[in-house]
Amino acid sequence: MHAPITSTTRLPIGSDADLAWVRQQVRQAAADLGFNLVQQTKLVTAASELARNALVHGGGGHMEMTVLAEGAHRGLRLSFVDAGPGIRDVELAMTDGYTTGGGLGMGLSGAKRLVKEFTLDTRPGQGTTVTIVDWVSGLPAPRTGAP
Amino acid sequence: MTGLPAMHPGPGPVPVLALGDVLLVTLQGELHDGAAEQLQHDISRRIASSPVPVTGVVIDLSGVEIIDSFLGRVLAEIAASARLLAARTILAGMRPAVAITLVELGLTLPGLSTALNVEKALSLLGRASSAAPTAHLEEGA
Repeated sequence: MHAPITSTTRLPIGSDADLAWVRQQVRQAAADLGFNLVQQTKLVTAASELARNALVHGGGGHMEMTVLAEGAHRGLRLSFVDAGPGIRDVELAMTDGYTTGGGLGMGLSGAKRLVKEFTLDTRPGQGTTVTIVDWVSGLPAPRTGAP
Repeated sequence: MTGLPAMHPGPGPVPVLALGDVLLVTLQGELHDGAAEQLQHDISRRIASSPVPVTGVVIDLSGVEIIDSFLGRVLAEIAASARLLAARTILAGMRPAVAITLVELGLTLPGLSTALNVEKALSLLGRASSAAPTAHLEEGA
């Protein structure tokens, strides 16, 4: 468990405008923490995939965004929560190219490749929570004043 | 340079410009899913109904901060339907961070032509750069 250093931000996921808002908020938080441009882009892309999954497959839900601190390391934890039907076959859903929603089937498997930590918790009939964590790599953010 | 999220939540339609026989589309900032799908329909309709036969579609991505699998699919479908309507699609100006992310995501968009910028895309399509008024009279071979 990582100790959160700020409170958790909760954003609704109920429309494609919400997806755009999620992307903007994740981008802003990642930039503020000092993630480099490639890391930011990967994280925002993963967030977009998972938020869309929650919307399309889970019937909507929300994202919780928490800033993490472990020593001098800063990270961001994003949880995508829906109360949809759940995923019956997780292994299948994690397969590249498998889709039930008319997409490319890259959402879950692709998002997992884009971040350092990925956990999926699903219960049939009760919903799905996907949590991803990424850490700022390299030098600490200039604006945090370094150790 | 931090973030600069170009607060541009453009839910409106994306304009499609005609440059002679080429359609030019400039994507910028946040593109809502609905606007992306609308664009797909608009481009096909413009190709089919254009008074001048459209030979190419250039999509300028230099202002796009992320391409996820949804937008990737829309771009691939735009190119596929344009091809069936006898037009070639070129993605121009993709940012390096976006390219790196797409590859890791598993979306390499095979079959899509790319160019580093719009000018190079236009010359790939056999058009002289529109910036230079010195028209090349001998076109192609």
